[in-house]
Amino acid sequence: MADSANAPKPSSSVKLVLLGEAAVGKSSLVLRFVNNDFQENKEPTIGAAFLTQKCNLPTRTIKFEIWDTAGQERFASLAPMYYRNAQAALVVYDLTKPTSLVKAKHWVAELQRQASPGIVIALVGNKLDLTNDGAGSGAAESGDDSGDARKITTEEAKTYAEEEGLLFFETSAKTGYNVTEVFTAIANAIPETSLKSARGPGASHAAGRTEEQRVNLNGPRDPNAKEGCAC
Amino acid sequence: MDEIAKEYDVIVLGTGLTECILSGVLSVKGKKVLHIDRNDHYGGEAASVNLEALFKKYGNYAKGTEPWKQYGRVNDWNIDLVPKFLMSSGELTNILVSTDVTRYLEFKQVAGSYVQQGSGSRATVAKVPSDAAEALRSPLMGIFEKRRMKNFIEWVGSFDRKDSATHKGLDINNCTMKEVYDKFGLEATTKDFIGHAMALYHDDSYLEAKGGAPEAIERIRLYGNSVARYGKSPYIYPLYGLGELPQGFARLSAIYGGTYMLNTNVDELIYEGGKAVGIKATMTGIEPEMKFETRAKMILGDPSYFPGKVKVTGHVLRAICILKHPLASTNDSDSCQLIIPQSQVGRKNDIYIACVSAAHNVCPKGYWIAIVSTIAETSANHHLELAPGLERLGRIEEQFMGSPIPLYEPLEDGTNDNIFISKSYDASSHFESTTDNVRDIYRRCAAEELVVEGLREGIQVAEE
Ligand SMILES: Cc1cc2nc3c(=O)[nH]c(=O)nc-3n(C[C@H](O)[C@H](O)[C@H](O)COP(=O)(O)OP(=O)(O)OC[C@H]3O[C@@H](n4cnc5c(N)ncnc54)[C@H](O)[C@@H]3O)c2cc1C
Ligand SMILES: Nc1nc2c(ncn2[C@@H]2O[C@H](COP(=O)(O)OP(=O)(O)OP(=O)(O)O)[C@@H](O)[C@H]2O)c(=O)[nH]1
Ligand SMILES: [Mg+2]
Repeated sequence: MADSANAPKPSSSVKLVLLGEAAVGKSSLVLRFVNNDFQENKEPTIGAAFLTQKCNLPTRTIKFEIWDTAGQERFASLAPMYYRNAQAALVVYDLTKPTSLVKAKHWVAELQRQASPGIVIALVGNKLDLTNDGAGSGAAESGDDSGDARKITTEEAKTYAEEEGLLFFETSAKTGYNVTEVFTAIANAIPETSLKSARGPGASHAAGRTEEQRVNLNGPRDPNAKEGCAC
Repeated sequence: MDEIAKEYDVIVLGTGLTECILSGVLSVKGKKVLHIDRNDHYGGEAASVNLEALFKKYGNYAKGTEPWKQYGRVNDWNIDLVPKFLMSSGELTNILVSTDVTRYLEFKQVAGSYVQQGSGSRATVAKVPSDAAEALRSPLMGIFEKRRMKNFIEWVGSFDRKDSATHKGLDINNCTMKEVYDKFGLEATTKDFIGHAMALYHDDSYLEAKGGAPEAIERIRLYGNSVARYGKSPYIYPLYGLGELPQGFARLSAIYGGTYMLNTNVDELIYEGGKAVGIKATMTGIEPEMKFETRAKMILGDPSYFPGKVKVTGHVLRAICILKHPLASTNDSDSCQLIIPQSQVGRKNDIYIACVSAAHNVCPKGYWIAIVSTIAETSANHHLELAPGLERLGRIEEQFMGSPIPLYEPLEDGTNDNIFISKSYDASSHFESTTDNVRDIYRRCAAEELVVEGLREGIQVAEE
């Protein structure tokens, strides 16, 4: 990124929503991506409301605004605000837990029915470190020497993803394996046409509309407070 | 399905704006909140609905027909059930900023604030002048009156309650607003638009209220400051409709651990020794339905969840109208508020028109949504009561008007039974009374004043 200083690349905001069954590792994936950190016994998500992280591509910079569900999906009470104008969705399952793929398929169907037509969806099988073929650190570390906790084959999920036109990755939030790759692939898949300049909180709400009369309530109080954590 | 805890600090019933702000604030303060709504959507009475849902709610179409289909995609419509605007320097804006809920919402200015003078064919509609310069240009006043109005506006700007030198020789804490107006020699029609379109009183009782002048002056200032903030009008409005507001505060609550359950009926309130201590409820929309019981130290909610504990204080008349053009005499505004002060049309209560359009993502391009409302003064002829407002709309494509909407208030303040009930959303055109209600309920249930400034500072949110 040596040359980025001389010629600033175009930068765009992309709203990305997380979906998936409880405890599949949604928040952990984001924590890994944004802070390169992992917590072993993470509390169920309270928090992680709204994180931002930049992704530098050769020709442009994508600023992800990452929305976690804040637990509102648990009793099927997600607000339309959550998925409104989402340009990307990360649908996560736990590849050691078959029900989580069922739930993931449900979310994919829901997205295809309700979300903006151009939305980029990535299906992510997480916790690869608990399997034999997993991500360097391997299943041994999980203390299970018979090996493999995997319940969902790569083939099964991959076939489904291809049928539905989804990006597909197997990841480990724990080791970090493939995590950045997921976000980079999403960034690359966002069509140029649905992008516009970044401009602060909620930017992606506005794809394609005029800026006229839009007001910034935070005004001079705290411009861009708590924002931005450069790669 | 996750477990519902055996006990919460607070159970909140109904996801209207008042309830959602309270949930959000209480969650940020560390309370464990369970928030329930019987509907399948957020917002309760204050929701924004799509056009199909609106037709179905009012039932004004022939069975077997689908009239909404001629108006584009139903989901492009977000029609407010309760029309209001935010004052850009008002308390709701303040709460939104302090809680960072602004991160989930986007606002646009409302393009204009208008007032009607006279009635019928002699009605004039003009912009409400908000500063001295506009007063001098306004068609609402004659040449001498413009000067008086300019003096008045300038005085309001420099007024300081604590500095008697700015009181114009009036005993400001005890005099009436009428006496203040008279000091400036303002005419009746000018008082009318100041009192109703700037101070936003719904009737004229404020004129004669002893000691009421400082409040009236404060309200005029709020109007002026709100205009000054962004320029065109004192009002702002969220993209996708007012229904976004409760959703934003619900998200805030959820981020701080609040649990949300839509589609859930409250079957029974559980009492011990005269105090509410919990609920029995059923979550529907799932197979099988889920019955549960849980306890709480207190229960908050909107009047619809406590039919025996509220009284009716009045009725609002409201007509939601779909137009294919902007309101006449509003400079083709994409949005505006038009106030018809009561005395101009021989009423006791003002008529409000709130108009929004595709510029706010509440309908497809080429449409405007105008909502006419007032407080009912008769027990019949409700169309006639709204007529002066409906006349301003020109051709109406669709009109949705149901029976008068009752306004409820709680019978008790909640200290006896641990049940704290909000008021219905009133006929006012903005949210100042809603935030007053939030503060009042908070004071009663938390036994302290609500201070929103710095609410989230020093409180760690996971990973933010
Ligand atoms: C992209 C997207 C767009 C959406 N758009 C809208 C929208 O415009 N308007 C809107 O109102 N909603 C919208 N939603 C929310 C959506 O319609 C559902 O409310 C939510 O996804 C729950 O799904 P469902 O009820 O279809 O689940 P189902 O397919 O009925 O069930 C899936 C699973 O969830 C469980 N479940 C389902 N409902 C409940 C319940 N009420 N309580 C407990 N468990 C339950 C079932 O038991 C099952 O295990 C959207 C969701 C997404 C992802
Ligand atoms: N071994 C392993 N554990 C993981 C991985 N990702 C997450 N976890 C663990 O799985 C648990 C749940 O992770 P979260 O990130 O909280 O999952 P979530 O999907 O955000 O959960 P909710 O917010 O409750 O819906 C935590 O204990 C994590 O430490 C992973 O890749 N490998
Ligand atoms: Mg989580």
